[in-house]
Amino acid sequence: MIPQEIAALLAESFGGKVLESNPDALMAWSAVEPSSLFEVCRFFRTDSRLDMDHLELLGGADYKDRIEVVYILYSMKHHHRYTIKCRLPRQAPAVQTVESLWSVANWHEREAYDMFGIVFEGHSDLRRILCPDDWEGYPLRKDYVLPTSYHDMPV
Amino acid sequence: MTLNMGPQHPSTHGVLRLELKTDGEIVADAIPHIGYLHRCFEKHAENIEYPGVIPFTDRMDYCAAMNMELGYVLAIEKLMDIRINNRVRCLRIIMAELGRIASHLIAAGTYGNDIGSFTPFLWCFRDRETILDLFEETCGARLLYNYNWIGGLMYDVKPGFEKKVLEFLDYFEPQVDNLNRLLSDNVIFIRRTAHVGILPPELAISYGVTGPNLRGSGVAFDVRRDEPYLGYEDFDFDVAVGKADYGPLGSCWDRYMVRIREVRESCKIVRQAIARLTPGDVHESVPKRVKPPAGEIYMRTECPRGELGYYIVSDGSTKPYRVKVKSPCFTVMSAFREVSRGAMIADIIAILGSFDIVLGEIDR
Amino acid sequence: MESVARILQWIPKYDQLPELARIAIPLLISCLLVFALLALMVLFLVWLERKVSAHVQDRLGPMVVGGWHGWAQTLADALKLLLKEDIVPASADRMLFKTAPFVVFLGAFTAYVVVPFGASSFVTDLNIGILYIVAASSLSVVGIIMAGWASNNKYSLYGGMRAAAQIISYEIPAAMSIMTVVIYAGSLSMVDIVNAQKGGIQNWFIFRNPFIFLGFIIYFIASLAEVNRTPFDIPEAESELVAGFHTEYSGMRFAFFFLAEYANMYLVAAVATALFLGGWTQVLPASVAPQFLPGPILFLLKSLALIFLQMWVRWSLPRLRVDQLMYLSWKILLPISLVLILGAGWLAV
Repeated sequence: MIPQEIAALLAESFGGKVLESNPDALMAWSAVEPSSLFEVCRFFRTDSRLDMDHLELLGGADYKDRIEVVYILYSMKHHHRYTIKCRLPRQAPAVQTVESLWSVANWHEREAYDMFGIVFEGHSDLRRILCPDDWEGYPLRKDYVLPTSYHDMPV
Repeated sequence: MTLNMGPQHPSTHGVLRLELKTDGEIVADAIPHIGYLHRCFEKHAENIEYPGVIPFTDRMDYCAAMNMELGYVLAIEKLMDIRINNRVRCLRIIMAELGRIASHLIAAGTYGNDIGSFTPFLWCFRDRETILDLFEETCGARLLYNYNWIGGLMYDVKPGFEKKVLEFLDYFEPQVDNLNRLLSDNVIFIRRTAHVGILPPELAISYGVTGPNLRGSGVAFDVRRDEPYLGYEDFDFDVAVGKADYGPLGSCWDRYMVRIREVRESCKIVRQAIARLTPGDVHESVPKRVKPPAGEIYMRTECPRGELGYYIVSDGSTKPYRVKVKSPCFTVMSAFREVSRGAMIADIIAILGSFDIVLGEIDR
Repeated sequence: MESVARILQWIPKYDQLPELARIAIPLLISCLLVFALLALMVLFLVWLERKVSAHVQDRLGPMVVGGWHGWAQTLADALKLLLKEDIVPASADRMLFKTAPFVVFLGAFTAYVVVPFGASSFVTDLNIGILYIVAASSLSVVGIIMAGWASNNKYSLYGGMRAAAQIISYEIPAAMSIMTVVIYAGSLSMVDIVNAQKGGIQNWFIFRNPFIFLGFIIYFIASLAEVNRTPFDIPEAESELVAGFHTEYSGMRFAFFFLAEYANMYLVAAVATALFLGGWTQVLPASVAPQFLPGPILFLLKSLALIFLQMWVRWSLPRLRVDQLMYLSWKILLPISLVLILGAGWLAV
C-alpha cells in the first residue's frame, strides 16, 4: 500500500483522533492523540491490510513546545512503511506502552525514558538503560544542563 | 547463585555486563546491562555540522565503520536530493562489501575463540589484514575512516587498487573453505552450537532482529533486496539464509554459517562492482555547504550486523536537529534474555557470540 | 638409581655409612637429578608449545630472546614471574591458597620416580609401578579443588568443580586402557612392561593386538582430559571463566600451576611411550639395523612425538561443554574400554 492509502485508511478508522497527516512528505507520517496511540498501534499491528509486524524505530524528539515519540512501523509481508507520531506535553510526558505488540519496544521505551523522561504506562521494567540507574536529568532534552559532578567525581 | 559476567570479560565482545542467575550450570535468567560505552553520539550530533558527524558514526560500530558512515551519508543525500555518479556508487559498494567481509571475519574468528578454538581467530585476522591494508592505502586509516562523504568520497582510490582487490579475492575465496574445514564442519563446534540458542522466526521479528541473526532463523530478508539502495538491484547475489544443516533452524550454528555464506556473496558483489567501475570524479557532487531543507527522513541500510537505521530531523540549518540511530545490535540484545533462558553457562557464551554484537553500536 | 649408587661407591668411607644412609642418599640424588632434568624438559616444552602454536596459526612465535628462535623465552618468562608481586586476595583462605599450587605440583612430580627413561635410568622399580603412577597423578585433583575453593571467587569455584568432575571421570577409561597392556605384560612394574617389548617395532604393545591399539587411542584421549588440555580444558576455559581455578593466582604461584601442567603433559606422554610404544627399546630389530641410538634418547624422541600430537590437537579443536565431556567419558569411552579389556584378555589367553 502506498502512504496515501495508509493515511486514508487511518483517517477512516480513527477519524478525529488523527491530529495531522502528511503522507506526501519524504517520510510519510501521521500524528495521533496520546490517548489513542495504543489503539492505533494495535490497528497497525493486527489489521491484515497493514500487518506492521516490525517496529523499526521508537524514538523521542524534543521540539521546544512538545516532546514527540516517533514510531516507525514496517510490514515484512507487504513491504510498506508508515510513521506514527505522538505529541506529548513537556511537563509530564506519558503514553501507554506498546510492549505487548512488539517485544522490542521494551528496550526502545527504556531508552526514550532514559533520554527524554517519557513515562510509558504499563511498562514491565521502566528504568534507565544507557545512563547509570541513579543519573539525574534527561540528557537528550534541549534544555538539559550537564551536571558538574556525579558521586563526587567531576563530570 | 548470581554470577556476574562483568564488564571486563574476555568473551563479552566489549563492555557488557551479564547478570546470570544460575542453578549449578543451568542459567535461570540472564539479564544484560548495557550503557558502559555510552558516548552520547546523538547529543553530539546535534552540536556539530552535518559533515562533522561522519567520524562519530564510524565510532559506533568500529568493526564495520564503512557501513556505518554509508547509512548516514545516504540519508543526508536523500534529504538534499543529491545524485552521485557511477564511480562513487561502485566504490561505495566495494568498500561496504569489503567492510562486510572484514566484519564477518572478526565475527567468525572471535566466535571460534569463544568456543575454544584459537587458531581460526588468527587465520581470520590474517586475512582481514589485507583488507585493512587496502583501506589504509585509500584513505589513510585502518579502522575508522571518515571516507564516505556527503555527495562523494574523501579520496579516490590509488592506481592499482582494482588489481589488488581482485588478487585478494582470488587468495581469499579458498581460505573460506579452509575455515569451514577447521571450524564450521568440526564435530565439536557443531555439538556446541547447533542445538543451542534457537531463535524462532516470529520471536525474531517481534524483537526487531534483522540481518544475519534473522536470516539464520530462515527469514530471507535483506535490505539490499527489499529496499535497494546504491543500485544493489543491478547486482547478482543470493541472500544467505540458514538452512538447518545440523540441528533445528535458528540455532547458533545457522547464524554463524549465514555470515560465512554472506562472505562468499560479498566476494561476488565486489567482483561485479570492480567490473562496473568507470572513471570519474569522486568530489563531483560534494556540496560546498551541507544545509538540507527542513524535514525528516528515515534511511536504512544493511550493515554486517543487521539493519541500521538513521532517523534524521533537519530544521534547515547546518547542524542536525535530531539524529536517532536504530542499532541492529541493540534490538538483538533485547532478545538475548528470552533466547538464553535455560541454557548452560557455556551456551550463554555461544549464544552471545552468535549474535555478534559490538557494544559501541548498542550504547552509541 | 643403581648407577648413582655405583658412582657413590667411589667416595672414600662410603661403605661405612649406616644402611639407611646408603639407601637414602642415592635415592635423594637420583630424585633431584630427575627433578632437574624434568625442570629443563618443562622449560623446553613451553617453548615448543609456543613454536608449534605459532606455526599452526601462521605466525612465528618467540624469535628474539636468546638469539636462535627465542630459545631462552621461557627462562625470561619464569624470571619475570618470580619478580612479580605476591598477591593473596583479602578474603581468600590463606593456608589453602598458598598450599594448593604445591599439591598440584606434587601430583605431577611424584609420579616420575617409576618412569623408566632407559634400561637402568630410573629412580626406582616399584613392582606396582603403573598403579603408583595412576594414584600419584590423582593428587593434583585435590590441589585444583583447593585452589578453586580457597580463591573465594565464583569463577575459580566453577573451575575447581569442573576440574574435579572431569579428572575423576576420565581416570577410569585411562586406567582401563592401561589394564589392556598390563594383561599382556603380566606385571604392573614399569620396567617389566618395557622389557616385554624388546626386539623391535613389531614387539611394541600397540602393534601386537588391535585391542591394545584402540586402548592407546582411548588412553590418549583420556590423558588429554587428565591434564586439562583442549578439547577438555574447561577448568581453565579462558573465554568462559576468565582463567578458571587459577584466576586469582599470579607470580610464582601461577608459575607452579603452569609448570605442573606441562610436567603432567610430559608424564602422560612418557607413560604412553613406556606402555604402548616400547619405551626405550629400539625401533628396528638388532638383525636389521645397528642399534646406535641410546635408550634414553629414543624414549625422549618417542615421547616428544606424542607431545607434538597433544599440542597439534590443542590448537585445532574447540572445547567440549561440561555435559558433553561427561557424556563422552561415561557413555562412550568407559564401555569401549571395558570391551577392550575383555578382548585383550581373550587374545592373551
